[in-house]
Amino acid sequence: MTAQAARLPAGYQAARLPAGHYRFRHVARMEWIKLRSLRSTWWTLVITTAGAIGIGVAVGINTKNAHGDLTNNALAGILPALLLTSVLGVLTMTSEYSSGMIRSTLAAVPSRSLLLAAKAAVFGVLALVVGEVASFLAFSAGGAALPRGITAPALSDPGALRAVLLSGMSFCLIGLIGLGLGAVVRHSAVAIAVVVAGVYVAPVVVGNASHELAKYLPIFIIGNSLSTTKPVGCSADGQCFHPLSAWAGLGVLALYAAVIFGIAWWLLARRDA
Amino acid sequence: MIEVRDLTKRYGATVAVDALSFDVRPGTGTGVLGANGSGKSTTMRMILGLDRPDAGRARIGGRRYGDLRWPLREVGALLEAKAFHPGRTASDHLTALAASNGIARSRVGEVLEMVGLASAARKRAGKFSLGMGQRLGIAVALLGDPAVLLLDEPVNGLDPAGIRWIRDLLKSLAAQGRTVFVSSHLISEMALMADHLVVIGQGRLLADTSVDQMSRGAPSLEAAFLELTGASAEYQAAPSPPVTPTMGVSS
Repeated sequence: MTAQAARLPAGYQAARLPAGHYRFRHVARMEWIKLRSLRSTWWTLVITTAGAIGIGVAVGINTKNAHGDLTNNALAGILPALLLTSVLGVLTMTSEYSSGMIRSTLAAVPSRSLLLAAKAAVFGVLALVVGEVASFLAFSAGGAALPRGITAPALSDPGALRAVLLSGMSFCLIGLIGLGLGAVVRHSAVAIAVVVAGVYVAPVVVGNASHELAKYLPIFIIGNSLSTTKPVGCSADGQCFHPLSAWAGLGVLALYAAVIFGIAWWLLARRDA
Repeated sequence: MIEVRDLTKRYGATVAVDALSFDVRPGTGTGVLGANGSGKSTTMRMILGLDRPDAGRARIGGRRYGDLRWPLREVGALLEAKAFHPGRTASDHLTALAASNGIARSRVGEVLEMVGLASAARKRAGKFSLGMGQRLGIAVALLGDPAVLLLDEPVNGLDPAGIRWIRDLLKSLAAQGRTVFVSSHLISEMALMADHLVVIGQGRLLADTSVDQMSRGAPSLEAAFLELTGASAEYQAAPSPPVTPTMGVSS
C-alpha cells in the first residue's frame, strides 16, 4: 500500500461538522453564484434591457397622437423583451438537467423544495431588478424620444408610476413562469416551445376566438392591464373591450406562476434526478 | 459506514436493482463490480437520494442521505464525468457548491490544487477533456473533506498517470479511516483500488467478499468474476468460434 496518511482521529466526522444544517441562505448563495457565473445570464439581461428601451424609443419617435396612452407606448418594448426573460428562466432550470449539473446540485442540497425555493427567489429578484430598470429606462427614453409638440409623460401622471412598476414586475412573474415550466418539462427546447406557445402564440388563437378569455392570457394582461394607465381599449370601429384591472391582472399572473410552481414542486419531489 | 438493505428499483417491468443488501465499512476501499447495466450506478444514485427506491433503504452513518445536515461535508460523490454546466469555470462550479454547504471559499483552491486543476481554474469546464472533467468531479467529492466517499467509475477518461493518482488517493483516503465506495467495470483496476468487493449482476448480489478471497482458487480475479457473473450478464456475445489456422490465402 502506498498510503502513509495518518488515520483520522476517532470522532473526526462529528468534531468537524459545524452545528446546525444547510439552510435557505446557503442554497440561495449557491444559486446566485451559479446564475452570475454564466456569461449568458448577463448577455440576455443586457439585450432584454436594450430591447425594451430601443422599442420604446422607436415608438416614441413615431408617435403622432398626443392623446394616446403615451406611457403604454413607451412600454411597448416590454412584451418582446419578456420573451428573453422567460427563456432565461427556462434555461436556469433546464440547463441543470441538460448538463448533468442537477446531480451535483441535489447531492449538495438533497431538499428539493429548498432548492426550488432558492432558485426561484434568486432568479425572481434578479428578473425583478432588471425588469424595473428596463421599464423605468424605457419610460424615460420613450418619453424623451417623442416628437416636438408632444409632452412626455411623467411618473406623476395618473397611473403612470403604477404602469411602469407593474411592467417591471411582469419580468419577474414571466421569468418565474419560465423557470417553473423548465422544472416541469426539464428539456430546454420543449420548455421554451411551451413558454413561447403559451405566452406568445396562444393569444393569437384565443384572441381571435374570444375577448372574454383573451383578457386572462399573460400577454394581454401585460399589454392591456399592467403597462397601461387606463386599462380600457376601444378600437377605431368603436368596439370596446374591458381588460382586467392592473391589480387583478397582476394577481392572475401571479396565480399562474404559483400553479406552475405547485406542479413543479410536486414533480421535483417525486421524480428521479 | 454505508448500509444498503433490500434496495430495489424497477423501471417498468425491468428490475434494475433487486433486493440488494450489503455494508460498506470504513477503513478499507470497497468496490462494486458488475457488468454494464448491472445496477451499479442506480444503486449509487439511490444511496445519494437522487433516485427513489421502490423498496428497501440505504443509510449513511445510520441516516438517509436526505437527512444529512451538511451533505457535502459528510459524503463526497462522483457520479458522472460531466455533472457541471459547460459555461461555468471550474472555480465558479466549486465555489457555488461550497457555498451550499457553508464550506470556506479557500477550500476551492485547495481541492483544485489536489486534483491538479489549479492552472485550469479559470477555464470554462465545457472546454475540459474527459480526464479533466473527471478531476473536477473528484474535486467536488473532496470539497467538504467528507468521511464517506462514493465514486462511480472514477478512472474513466483518466490517463495512466491519472489512474495511478486516483488509485493512490483512494487508498490513502481509506487508510485514514474513511469509508470509500468505488464502482468499476474494470476488474484489474478494481483489484488495485479496493480490498473488499461487492459483485452484482442484474441488480442482485452475487458476492460480498474480499479481493483475496475472490481470486483464491481461480486463475485470476477476472476469471472468478466472469464465472460468477456468467449466468447473469445482460448483454452477452455469442461464444467466439474456435480459431482454426488457415492455410494459404483466401479472399
